[in-house]
Amino acid sequence: MIQQAAPLAYDSKIEGNIIFTKLDSAINWMRKNSLWPMPMGLACCAIELMATGASRFDISRFGAEVMRFSPRQSDVMIVAGTVTYKMAYAVKRIYDQMAEPKWVIAMGACASSGGMYRSYAVLQGIDRLIPVDVYISGCPPRPEALLEGLLRLQRKIEGESSLFDQKKQLLEAVS
Amino acid sequence: MNLPDILSSIDKAFPEAVLTRTDFRGETTLELRPEHLRPVLALCHSKLAFDYLLDISSLDHLGDDPRFELVYELSSMQHHLHLRIRAKVSEEHLSAPTVSDLWPTADWHEREIYDMMGIRFDGHPDLRRILMWEGFPHFPLRKDFPLEGKSSDVPDVAFTAPAPLEGGPFVTVASGAGVHRREPRARRPE
Repeated sequence: MIQQAAPLAYDSKIEGNIIFTKLDSAINWMRKNSLWPMPMGLACCAIELMATGASRFDISRFGAEVMRFSPRQSDVMIVAGTVTYKMAYAVKRIYDQMAEPKWVIAMGACASSGGMYRSYAVLQGIDRLIPVDVYISGCPPRPEALLEGLLRLQRKIEGESSLFDQKKQLLEAVS
Repeated sequence: MNLPDILSSIDKAFPEAVLTRTDFRGETTLELRPEHLRPVLALCHSKLAFDYLLDISSLDHLGDDPRFELVYELSSMQHHLHLRIRAKVSEEHLSAPTVSDLWPTADWHEREIYDMMGIRFDGHPDLRRILMWEGFPHFPLRKDFPLEGKSSDVPDVAFTAPAPLEGGPFVTVASGAGVHRREPRARRPE
């Protein structure tokens, strides 16, 4: 992305310090490489989530190691585990408290579809309450699968129209 | 103290109480008349050294009368004894006396039975649901409650909806023929 400065505007003091890009690309690039997860660990998937955060798999290679236990500081909620009906509104409340922009990863069979729990007590997929960006299969998924899901989410964020779609109110206010 | 002594003490104190006695593989089960349940359990606790209540469970004999049954597993740490006590609970009078004042552990067991089966315990200090939430209108461990659940809604607390069973329940079969054969599927009972 570093552009060669035109000879006419050559200035050795700022050489190499200017990048030409689209605002969207810059915003998305910054966002996708420091996703702060909200670890919504509800069952055994949370153990794999912890393994993903630990040294062997090391989620910090992808900039998502800052697990925040406060929804107000989080960007992506990783729903890891079985969402019971008793817990369902609590998950939704935490999602509602997260600041925009926010994303959701449904980790594992239970969070995606209720999994093996076709039962009176289990919500049949967290997408019945909150919008989900990435579904990860597995019971539980291996850490590699979670990292793959995270990379898919990063690719999705790259393509977002972050300025026009997400800053609509701001743009209307200044125009 | 040994088990025959204990059984004869129960017989002496409450000659009418025991309906049947079953011995199976060294375990003794007494079925009691419901009205004698609490006095016999109190006797077991205070005089017969059953200082530990292992578990209380409940059964739903749908179609029978009386429909429900309670099972108390008593244990004596002092004498290394075990005694199982059962008593029927009818659907018309859906309650039993609490034993949470005798064994504090009965508190949560009785709450669970109330939550799952709907049997109330008279004299219980805090008879709330323990697994489901207040306001859930069903008792999910009863035989006439469907596996997929029923709809319910308690605003701002929780809701439920029937789960898609797709012809299920999905069951596996014991087989050495490989994973493909054992895969859980909707199978009709043969």
